[in-house]
Amino acid sequence: MTDRIFRANLSPATADSHRPGDNPTDRAAASPGLSRRGFLQGTAAAAVSLVIGVHLPGKARAQAAASAEGRPAAFAPNAFVRVAPDNTVTVMIKHIEFGQGPATGLSTLVAEELDADWGQMRAELAPADTEKYVNHLFGLQGTGGSTAMANSYEQMRKAGAAARAMLVQAAANRWGVNVGEVTVSKGTVSHAASGKSLSFGDLAGEAAKLEAPADPKLKSPDQFNLIGTKVRKLDTLDKTNGTQIFTLDLYPENMVTATILHPPQFGATVASVDASKARKIKGVIDIKTVPSGVAVYADNTFAALKGRKALEVTWDASKAETRSTRQMEQDYSKAAQKPGLNARNDGNAEKGLADADTVIEAEYFFPFLAHAPMETLDAVMQFKDGKVTAWLGSQIQTLDVGALSNVFGVDKSNITLYTQYAGGSFGRRAQPGGEFAAEAAEVTKALGSDRPVKLMWTRENDIQGGRYRPLAIHKVRGGLDKDGNIIGWDQQIAVQSFMKGTAFESGMFEDGIDASAVEGSRAMPYGITNLRIGQHLMENGVSALWWRSVEHTHNAYANETFLDELLEKAGKDPVEGRLALLGDKHPRHRGVLEKVAKMADSAGPVSSGRQRGVALHKSFGSFVAQIAEVSDNGNGEPRVHKVWCAVDCGVAVNPDVIAAQMEGGIGFGIGAVLYDAITLSEGGYVEQSNFDRYRSLRINEMPDVEVSVIQSTEAPTGVGEPGTPPSGPAIANAWRRLTGKSVYRLPLVPINV
Amino acid sequence: MAVKFQLNGKQVSADVEPDTPLLWVIRDTFGLTGTKFGCGIAQCGACTVHLNGLTRRSCVTPVSQVDGGMVTTIEGLDGKEARAIQDAWVGIDVPQCGFCQSGQVMSATALLKEIPNPSDDNIDQAMAGNICRCATYVRIRKAIHNAADTLEG
Repeated sequence: MTDRIFRANLSPATADSHRPGDNPTDRAAASPGLSRRGFLQGTAAAAVSLVIGVHLPGKARAQAAASAEGRPAAFAPNAFVRVAPDNTVTVMIKHIEFGQGPATGLSTLVAEELDADWGQMRAELAPADTEKYVNHLFGLQGTGGSTAMANSYEQMRKAGAAARAMLVQAAANRWGVNVGEVTVSKGTVSHAASGKSLSFGDLAGEAAKLEAPADPKLKSPDQFNLIGTKVRKLDTLDKTNGTQIFTLDLYPENMVTATILHPPQFGATVASVDASKARKIKGVIDIKTVPSGVAVYADNTFAALKGRKALEVTWDASKAETRSTRQMEQDYSKAAQKPGLNARNDGNAEKGLADADTVIEAEYFFPFLAHAPMETLDAVMQFKDGKVTAWLGSQIQTLDVGALSNVFGVDKSNITLYTQYAGGSFGRRAQPGGEFAAEAAEVTKALGSDRPVKLMWTRENDIQGGRYRPLAIHKVRGGLDKDGNIIGWDQQIAVQSFMKGTAFESGMFEDGIDASAVEGSRAMPYGITNLRIGQHLMENGVSALWWRSVEHTHNAYANETFLDELLEKAGKDPVEGRLALLGDKHPRHRGVLEKVAKMADSAGPVSSGRQRGVALHKSFGSFVAQIAEVSDNGNGEPRVHKVWCAVDCGVAVNPDVIAAQMEGGIGFGIGAVLYDAITLSEGGYVEQSNFDRYRSLRINEMPDVEVSVIQSTEAPTGVGEPGTPPSGPAIANAWRRLTGKSVYRLPLVPINV
Repeated sequence: MAVKFQLNGKQVSADVEPDTPLLWVIRDTFGLTGTKFGCGIAQCGACTVHLNGLTRRSCVTPVSQVDGGMVTTIEGLDGKEARAIQDAWVGIDVPQCGFCQSGQVMSATALLKEIPNPSDDNIDQAMAGNICRCATYVRIRKAIHNAADTLEG
């Protein structure tokens, strides 16, 4: 099975939905700095709104969220749409927003079917509520696998269409005309014959009293006005003038700020703590040992940071992972020399290789990689009167709520989790065990107070905190016949599994194969007879996690660089050679590859001292081809000048957001391939701790990027991740063609330790 | 000892430990949260403010050093260059997650004040201290050029 979407198998204990508490935000709303809260909680409901829940079973009657003052209702026909009397339309976004664009994208879907004016649209992140806000592709509330648009496309359009139908009915009732005579355009409801017109806000109160249609009619793509256009992003302004509130920016009254010191090795634990120096620091309130380390509580952030530095902790490393990454590499390499469990086995790879005229071999090394989102992990939590309120950049709300329930020992019905805008994630905030939520809960609980606690990770916590893209070895052998045809390909992948032991295991494992570990390689589209992909799942005490495109980065890199080398050996053009191997069975792969080749061609011939490299990869349902143009920067390191990118992600809901995700995904991929590795020294100590040694791509290293979005009527697929996998192999292929050097070991620029 | 300085044009006094980084005084004491924490070692630029008109990494600036100085944060940013930069940012939807963007806007505004029509090299030099993990760099570059164009026009 290719491009499997994660599916979680939840035990009843974690699958339960919960409802937001009745009144958790009175205090929050009154606290300066706390972000605006949702209408579903009934706060700030100065007026009544129309809210609709289209996917709820049975008849969904519109909820009229009447205010205490009993003023006219805003219209909330379902759990996703609220039309307020002031004529704003607010869309509840069930997916976390960290820059990939769901706030704008999902609002576009609603606005399209509602025939709203884009200027009246607002977005608000939905609170944790699995029943209302489940990701249909996961079976829980969560964001990942680039599924936000794919799983919302119909649902959000229906939410908008239902609201529209009710507004039209309300207008028809008021005017005493047939609904068929009522039209809606750009937020105005009109009756042409009488010349009457009303705004959505005018009709909100009456619409709120109507029954939501069960199956509202959706537009056909030729009727779209907003989908496919570059509507302005709803969160841009706040993110340009400093007013966007992130978790870090929450300062509820009486808040305690906490930092945490983790063990220096994975799996080590606290043996003893000497907190005497830390306690002397002005502003430090308390020090507590929690399962994951030692927490310092203070009345301001700097005191919490100073207290953390002043801790003297003795660690128990008896169960720690003490291998260096060099040692791990040797262990993995040894495993990869033999065939592992077959993830794919077409023909007879060994025979093909034996019959080959030319055989080439490569052993690829992929380091651990940290996600390093700009906003380090953080949370604000309060445990008061048996109820938990949490503000968190939660990416899998259902699992985070489960983790909070376990730690605090309260039923999920007593937990309210408000998803916050987050400063990046790249996978880091999606945690199968809700580990960070659990840590913040432990820290909050350990204080033994009902004050709100903000836990803020330092950058050192982040870089040394594990959950890395796993270290991997790919041992690849390829054989060409005398005519340059690829007649054998054997690829052995040694990598740890981060799905094992999680809610995702049963959905991701089949016959011992971890789909995420081998995905990409297993789904290679090329017509290669005698192809074997083997899997070796390695044990490792360093925690690992999906990293922007899960594990497509190391798979795509090995596939696309090795193929490129074989094609070069065979004297074939990298684009024509790929097209020939794709044959006629993969039109969308061909489409992006042909498009990107045209884009690069139209830029003219490559100038002297530069070379171009191509890569093609499908992930999360989307097809991406890239061509990178590279030179030597004078220090024997690549300078990437330009990347052309063609993407086919089905219906392009917002071509500009898609382009932005390709630009960012490329920069993210290039930065890692060129500069980044997390390494462990002898004893298992991480050797990087901040952006000084764990480099991030900077503006002077960013290539110009040109993106072309393929026109398509296929259902929309992801864009947050698929731009990343081809970027590494494209520059490595260009570099090999420029210098003659194959790049089997990443990062390409050796790191100084 | 209280440190006195101008914050966004207003005289303020902070009664905090003198080694407290300006970043935490701005955020914790004065409640201005647009300036962000990203690394704590002046590597990422998320905490960039203007001190006496020049960019400064507030995460490594002890508040005692700004005594008598003029501090401007994203909340107090004003002037034609700032408006041109922010309009250009909005015009092509530069931000993704947005967390670094206050710092980017502060650095870009300072650049335009110094060099009204910066070249790509000028932009690289002025902006290389500001990391964007979403890699919105293509648009940052374009927005700075667009802002320079509007100022010229």
